[in-house]
Amino acid sequence: MSSHHESPASHSLAARLEKEGEVSVADCYQCGKCTAGCPAAEDMDVAPSQVLRLLQTESPKHEERALKSMSIWMCIGCETCFTRCPQEVDLPRTMDFLRQESLARNLANQDADDVVAFHKAFLSSVEKAGRLFELGMIGDYKLRTGHFFKDMGIAPTMFLKGKIGLFPHGGADKREVAEIFARARQVKKESQQ
Amino acid sequence: MRIGYYPGCSLSGTGRDFGESMDAVAKALGIELAEIPEWTCCGSSSGHMTDRLVSVALPANVLLKAQKAGFDQVMAPCAACYNRLATAKHEIETSAQTKAQAEKILQTKLEKLPRVLNVVEMLAQVSDTIAAKVTKKFDETVACYYGCLLVRPAKITGFDRTEDPVEMDKLVTAVGGKTVDWSFKTECCGASFSLSKTSVVGRLGAKILQNAVAHKADAVVVACPMCHSNLDLRRGEINQRLAAKIDIPVLYITQVIGLALGIPGKKLGLGRHFVPVKFPATATATATTTTTGPQVVQ
Repeated sequence: MSSHHESPASHSLAARLEKEGEVSVADCYQCGKCTAGCPAAEDMDVAPSQVLRLLQTESPKHEERALKSMSIWMCIGCETCFTRCPQEVDLPRTMDFLRQESLARNLANQDADDVVAFHKAFLSSVEKAGRLFELGMIGDYKLRTGHFFKDMGIAPTMFLKGKIGLFPHGGADKREVAEIFARARQVKKESQQ
Repeated sequence: MRIGYYPGCSLSGTGRDFGESMDAVAKALGIELAEIPEWTCCGSSSGHMTDRLVSVALPANVLLKAQKAGFDQVMAPCAACYNRLATAKHEIETSAQTKAQAEKILQTKLEKLPRVLNVVEMLAQVSDTIAAKVTKKFDETVACYYGCLLVRPAKITGFDRTEDPVEMDKLVTAVGGKTVDWSFKTECCGASFSLSKTSVVGRLGAKILQNAVAHKADAVVVACPMCHSNLDLRRGEINQRLAAKIDIPVLYITQVIGLALGIPGKKLGLGRHFVPVKFPATATATATTTTTGPQVVQ
């Protein structure tokens, strides 16, 4: 925790991010270097540096704008911003925090439905099998999004070239992984009490 | 050399060619890749983006298994796996809060977790052996593409130069290849958006390949299954976007080294690419043979 700035009000997102994620948004002095180097900035409704600014104000209205933004879902997690930040503000981790908060409060931008569906399908596959089963995950993603015909053009070549397995991986202890997910939920609950 | 091996999920699926060439090259170099028993998924991008605790606990569980099996080093060829394992280790070692949470989830103490290496880092350690074993010089000009997760963030990876990495270039040079100095070495390919935001992958991939071609590279060399699939399997989207036909192949660094060591293309998974692996006929080749078309690597 940095000491050269005032501590954020305890109920704000900035305060929680500082406590739970160990990131201080107050360290950002708005130079804009993160936005300048962001490969996804042109697909965002709020620039990365502005997302930090919204959190700095600690206003619930501004916080909601960040949580409802498309930007938090368009961030690819490439770590370019964090690498270049002169203040070492961990913006990728801030984006992770906002995505999780946005989902918890049911505020995720509707245009991000596909991105959210992908993440859910991915983790659900891992929780079930211990390892990712790509074909099962793709099927689950299609069910969640209704994009049944997406990539049908490349699918035959993928099969022919052996680029996609027809059966789930063996080898992992499924129960162990399911327990990790379950205990992670429990620890999360406890940390928020 | 014997090292704990974490192949990760994609090396038996979309990154199967990476897995095959990894195995073949390790065997040729006398490196024993000892697979971590009962390894599990690292959680990848979806993990850290939507569930912080799972994103630390899953990789920590893998490192724990490696530790129990007696490894003090783990090598993960997939750049995303590498990054998740290294990040989890870093967070556990630098945050008492995260360490306590991960220990609670895994119900054990987490101390002195193994060191995590990426494939370039591991191969760089044996580059003299590689150079000595070259039987067929890799006489091509390529653009080495590092992407994001191999080099960033520097304080976690601690590997190579963050903005202008050179370790992969050195490996290509060691097997007789030439590398171009280009601008998109560490730009992002769109990573996990391959399925959910394919248009973004098309846009970013187009910029990367255009730049490689503009700098006269005859192939792009990668060390990540996501980079490979976004530039190879998604070439249709990229070319559609550019209204052009960029047909330079994308090779894994292990395939480049494998070719130079004289390993047949089939054993390196070269036939699994969407964009055929072929190079323009070199000046000497055209002078001595009658073939004028591109040379397909068998």
